[in-house]
Amino acid sequence: MSEIKNVFDISGRAMASQLVRLNTVASNLANAGTISGSKEEAYRSLKPVFATQFSNAIERNGVSTVDVVGIEAITRDPERVFMPNHPSADGDGYVYRAAVDENEEMIEMVEASRQYQNNVEVISTLRGLMMRTINMGK
Amino acid sequence: MNKIASHLDFHAQALMLRSRRNEILASNIANAATPNFKARDLSFDDQMQKHASGTGPLKVTHSNHLDTEINVGRDRILFRDPINPSMDGNTVELAVEQMEFSENVTRYQTTLTFLNNRITGLMSAIRGE
Repeated sequence: MSEIKNVFDISGRAMASQLVRLNTVASNLANAGTISGSKEEAYRSLKPVFATQFSNAIERNGVSTVDVVGIEAITRDPERVFMPNHPSADGDGYVYRAAVDENEEMIEMVEASRQYQNNVEVISTLRGLMMRTINMGK
Repeated sequence: MNKIASHLDFHAQALMLRSRRNEILASNIANAATPNFKARDLSFDDQMQKHASGTGPLKVTHSNHLDTEINVGRDRILFRDPINPSMDGNTVELAVEQMEFSENVTRYQTTLTFLNNRITGLMSAIRGE
């Protein structure tokens, strides 16, 4: 894992992680309501797994960022719906609707975009400070 | 330490501490959604007092000596006491962190202004204006 040198690493990687989260939300919403012929094939909502990356694992000097260490499908079962006329219905006339909760995804989206904005704000503020510091004494 | 350096030293140290604190607060904001992350912070007053009284970490005189900064360093960064702890074990509260961050940025700018004034003062003394 690459080194965390400055605030651009800290906030930049956090932004990348939030972007992965937004991408999973987009995939989940795109697949919401899709229908499959079996429980195993049905789409299950994907969630990123966040983990803190410390700049120094021994010292734990408070400087850390966040990385996505994996993307996992939730374990919730897809909804079983009786639709005997559906072309992909199983032998008993049931189809399986993707395990995606639209409300949950919308909340996830709002939260991810809000946190993305927070990180952008941090970077732009600190970049301004750096610029002023460079001009120190002039 | 020469006179010019000591003239600027206090604010220079303050500026470095502020910048370090900015990084810690940026880390907290970056980890606002990470389960089990504990928000960190340093006590600016304590650190500044330590510097003023000269009681920093022990000096090492050989490159093979163990770095005492590591042991001391761990104690100096504290954990934030959350107002409303969340279920996932994360103690970052965005409102608190944003407030601390904006305060720290303002104080950084203040220190920078003080430093600039001192430098300008020295420059005009050198020029004899």
